[in-house]
Amino acid sequence: MSGVLVIMEQRGGAWNRMSWETLAAGQQLAAQTGQTASTAVAGQGIGALAGELARKKLERVYAVDHALLGAYTADGYTAALEQLIRKASPSLVLFPHTYQVRDFAPKLATRFGQVLISDTIGFRVDGGAPVFARQLFQGKLNADVKPGGAGPYFASVQAGAFRADQLQDGSAQVENFTPDLSADEIRAKPLDPFRESARAVDLTAAEIIVSVGRGIKEKDNIPIVEELAKALGAELAASRPICDSGWLPMERQVGSSGQTVSPKVYLAVGISGAIQHLVGMKGAKTIVAINKDSNAPIFEVADYGIVGDLFEVVPALVEEVKKAKG
Amino acid sequence: MKIIVSIKQVPVRDSQLRIDASGHWIQENDLSFEINEPDAYALEEGLQLKEKHGGEVIALCLGPARASQTIREALAKGADRAIHIEEENLTSFDTLGIAKLLAKAAESEKPDLILTGLQSDDLGSGQTGVVMAEILGLPSATIIMAVETAGSGIRVKRELEDGWFQNVEMPLPAVLTIQSGINKLRYATLMGIKKAKTKEIKRLRPAELGVTAAPAAIIERVYLPQRTKQTQILEGSAKEAAAKLVEKLKFEVRVI
Ligand SMILES: Cc1cc2nc3c(=O)[nH]c(=O)nc-3n(C[C@H](O)[C@H](O)[C@H](O)COP(=O)(O)OP(=O)(O)OC[C@H]3O[C@@H](n4cnc5c(N)ncnc54)[C@H](O)[C@@H]3O)c2cc1C
Ligand SMILES: Nc1ncnc2c1ncn2[C@@H]1O[C@H](COP(=O)(O)O)[C@@H](O)[C@H]1O
Repeated sequence: MSGVLVIMEQRGGAWNRMSWETLAAGQQLAAQTGQTASTAVAGQGIGALAGELARKKLERVYAVDHALLGAYTADGYTAALEQLIRKASPSLVLFPHTYQVRDFAPKLATRFGQVLISDTIGFRVDGGAPVFARQLFQGKLNADVKPGGAGPYFASVQAGAFRADQLQDGSAQVENFTPDLSADEIRAKPLDPFRESARAVDLTAAEIIVSVGRGIKEKDNIPIVEELAKALGAELAASRPICDSGWLPMERQVGSSGQTVSPKVYLAVGISGAIQHLVGMKGAKTIVAINKDSNAPIFEVADYGIVGDLFEVVPALVEEVKKAKG
Repeated sequence: MKIIVSIKQVPVRDSQLRIDASGHWIQENDLSFEINEPDAYALEEGLQLKEKHGGEVIALCLGPARASQTIREALAKGADRAIHIEEENLTSFDTLGIAKLLAKAAESEKPDLILTGLQSDDLGSGQTGVVMAEILGLPSATIIMAVETAGSGIRVKRELEDGWFQNVEMPLPAVLTIQSGINKLRYATLMGIKKAKTKEIKRLRPAELGVTAAPAAIIERVYLPQRTKQTQILEGSAKEAAAKLVEKLKFEVRVI
């Protein structure tokens, strides 16, 4: 058992960007543990994708190709990758922590009597073996987690934790792997992906966004931040719980399951800064956080912070903005 | 439809967390606890499915004695009965161990559907339901935003990234991990709270389920994240801080 195997993600021939970050993590892990890195991509007719991977510094690229892998299913992917892992016998399997990986990787790890160490943000090497860092309590604390047992170990990598531009080019040998799959072992029938009716609000065009989180406490308080948005000429956005509760419409949600925005200024009001929110707004040029908890993870990405009660700060801010605008 | 909903008790949001003396977990004695947020939605979904199709909702919880409070609340909202696997030291199990315990307790009930939350607020491993499904040999689907019956099986709506969704059809029995926001949560009624007192809570111990702690992943150390970004904290009263921020927005960021 040796080597790091990185599982890439594609849908309809297009890469999930997080795969490249994970591939970079895999190269670094391999280098630091004195192993080689290989990668695998699964699907149907994926020759071109495998060819692209062959230009990276890797030992091998496995093209896991099968008609039954054309549309993603947890059963199909788990069976195919189990066979690949038994054959390739890596010591560590890495995945990008995507929604698809959440759907099948825990199953796959269970087949090997292992636990997927999920959503990791970094690693260190201790006695030749990796120890992974991951977040607890939605980013309020971190933990170092050490894989145990015989291996292979399984870990997934959080969006933005590694940089795709650190990926090393080179050349790798492509190996076609045809798993043994039958239609009757795939129990779920996936239908075509879709989007809900067209978005009435396009947050991506906004220069300034005032975004509100659960710190606002109740629906009746929403006008407090609306005022601020109005004074600044900003769009109003929200974290997921605000939309879940119906306090603002879904189309104003920012984050991994909402919109991804990169305005000039993003003001996060009463938002804790969970990773699923951060991925949607980290690209903003300037981030301002208003939060009463100085340890809130949002301050990790904020350029300017006010530690205080939003019910005092936001009205004061409205006053000051109005004054400044004359 | 016989539905098992797994519910976890976690520290309330906005808790001030402190690391315990061992450095392996947090200090729990001075915290308040509540139901894990997505589990509340999973419970509601179970109750709504039962109201539509008949059957029974069983709340399943692994946790210390204090978790009985959260179990009572689930019963008050309408769960018919509960199973409480009592274990004071949850941290001695990893996610595989936890899933094995929950799966073992669920198995003998022969449910049509098992609902879990998609992720726990404390550990956040985001996989217990999927691992349970694998242990029980059942199909599963994750991050679910709608459940309806379709023939002898179900059709579920999976959330994908960036506002995309996908419907998936699958046979029963199955395991689903439920996303927050799938439905509107109900409050317990006075009547419900009264009734809950007479409902059955079956208590089990890990040893009775034949599962021992043998973690394949071990938390070595818990610590505060290190700040890497230099955030400019604007100090002073609300008014002073607000004035400083407007300065910045006007002269440095130039959006006012
Ligand atoms: C698969 C998946 C997808 C998800 N997708 C998304 C997504 O697209 N978008 C998203 O946002 N989330 C998403 N989430 C949820 C995410 O994990 C968090 O739960 C959510 O972002 C938390 O929202 P919040 O910060 O508003 O609430 P909380 O985490 O409850 O934070 C509230 C904050 O308000 C502060 N506060 C309270 N009172 C005051 C006050 N008076 N003054 C100032 N500050 C105050 C608190 O200190 C706290 O930091 C997703 C989760 C999962 C598992
Ligand atoms: N101790 C527990 N008791 C009951 N359910 C649990 C427990 N731990 C995890 N779960 C369920 O599994 C889901 C996912 O948890 P996790 O894999 O820890 O993120 C939770 O939302 C719960 O529904």
